[in-house]
Amino acid sequence: MKILVAISNVPDTTTKIQFTDGDTKFNSAGVTMVINPYDEWYALVRALELKEANLAEKVTLIHVGLADSEATIRKGLSLGADDAVRVNAEGPDAFFVAEQIANYAKANGYELILVGKETINYNGSSVGAIIAGLLDLPFISLATKLDIAGNKATVEHDVDGGVQVVECDLPVVISCAKGMAEQRIPNMRGIMAARTKPLTVVEGNGSAPLTTVKAYALNPGRTTCKMISEDNLDELVNLLHTEAKVI
Amino acid sequence: MSVLVYAEIGKGRVKKSSLECVNYASKIAQQTGSTVTAVVVNADDAQVAELGKAGATKVLRVKNDKIGSDSFLISAVVEQAAKAEGSKVIIFAFDIVGKASAPRLSAKLKAGLVAGAIDYPVINGNTFEVKKNVFSGKANATYVINSDIKIISLLPNSFPVQLGSGTATATDFNVELPASRITIKETRSNSSGGMIPLPEAELVVSAGRGLKGPENWKIVEDLAATLGATTACSRPVADMHWRPHHEHVGQTGVAIRPNLYIAIGISGAIQHLAGVNGSKTIVVINNDKEAPFFKSADYGVVGDAFSIVPKLTEAIKKFKAHQN
Repeated sequence: MKILVAISNVPDTTTKIQFTDGDTKFNSAGVTMVINPYDEWYALVRALELKEANLAEKVTLIHVGLADSEATIRKGLSLGADDAVRVNAEGPDAFFVAEQIANYAKANGYELILVGKETINYNGSSVGAIIAGLLDLPFISLATKLDIAGNKATVEHDVDGGVQVVECDLPVVISCAKGMAEQRIPNMRGIMAARTKPLTVVEGNGSAPLTTVKAYALNPGRTTCKMISEDNLDELVNLLHTEAKVI
Repeated sequence: MSVLVYAEIGKGRVKKSSLECVNYASKIAQQTGSTVTAVVVNADDAQVAELGKAGATKVLRVKNDKIGSDSFLISAVVEQAAKAEGSKVIIFAFDIVGKASAPRLSAKLKAGLVAGAIDYPVINGNTFEVKKNVFSGKANATYVINSDIKIISLLPNSFPVQLGSGTATATDFNVELPASRITIKETRSNSSGGMIPLPEAELVVSAGRGLKGPENWKIVEDLAATLGATTACSRPVADMHWRPHHEHVGQTGVAIRPNLYIAIGISGAIQHLAGVNGSKTIVVINNDKEAPFFKSADYGVVGDAFSIVPKLTEAIKKFKAHQN
């Protein structure tokens, strides 16, 4: 079985977000870019565990982005992925990214496609389901456990108000959430090995963008916190009622 | 040409997030000289009436016990409803079901999707401009949907539900469903103890490591019960199994945006804020006046949670008694 893990290149969670080009572009100057945490901690690490358990032959990373994301891809290789593909294109939306991944997966045949539950930059939770839609594959979202036996995946995943255990024949697309695996730190051997692992670049090939970003704006943060004495909690309740109007 | 909404029933009622979607769709319908059709699985007459009050004039009733929360089947249902209605605008809730179903439909229809809209679209002829949050709530982006068919999933609790006196006509809608390739082996419900599920809750009381141990949660539960709020917790608390995994709010847990979020003994790490910063009002109770959470709060109380929380519960009881 071959596993394809889609990884996104995102600003570290602690980044102070800024925009450039008249607020039409994210300003990545001086920003630490990382593998999207859900893609790394959950999707990639679980894929590696399946390989270590001899349930998969190969783990391939796929990333849609320009050459400046190669450090992030190498990080994924240093964690243990066998090889990587970079689709050389900058997508305007989730559909574009998913289409590139679907095209590659279709041409190269993967039994399992894993993605993180969402990216921490665009927060759309859409790429996995679009890949599945384009390839007409089943999709299981928010997986917290994944086991493979023969041609069958058994998945525990979050559903509205609870948890469901489901079974599905491969191939399948699965979005991964907390619980699936634990974060790993690459060791020196992994880092050295990653330098020479194959990273193939293919050109993007997409349809006209279905959506485009016109402008970004920062959400106004909270400016002042009204401090209330613990001896005056009636005042807090009063403010919640009359000022905030939430109770 | 109606604006189509995928609505859902939960616990015997139309889900609040679905009513929000119908309200949202009727605003679009007003602007485009159209009407709202809701497609819903296994709805009774009272639920159809509720969809009517929210602004739907037509309800396509699907009778089927297999659909459940299977996104493969749901997107097939909505695709067929959109075809039957000639809908060019389709609305989902940006909840667990909508997050899995709307993108699949987007792939099927080659329709532009804005996932997690926070405002009404600005309509210019055949293009829609729709705002959504990005960078985990730190910023927003205005997307232009260029495609002929447009799909928007609406972030829950972005707008209050408004019910009017409208009525909807119900029509039985027969769908031809493909066989699902996913077999359900087991379903376990979260034990929410009768509380409103977190993603839908308007009032949330959350606590963290400052509570020192799971045995101390009674004061949190009392405050939540008094307010009619749902309880939540921070990541360390869920990781240490003091509280169930489904109560964990934050970046890796559930992202919520209630009207009121009360954080007790939570320092306010950026990963926690990423999951709660959409809350309309945030109250922070912490014994460390330097806790970073105060910088992201509207109201703060510095002091010992074990004395403050019971006092706050009493103050709310007094307020509620006065209200009645």
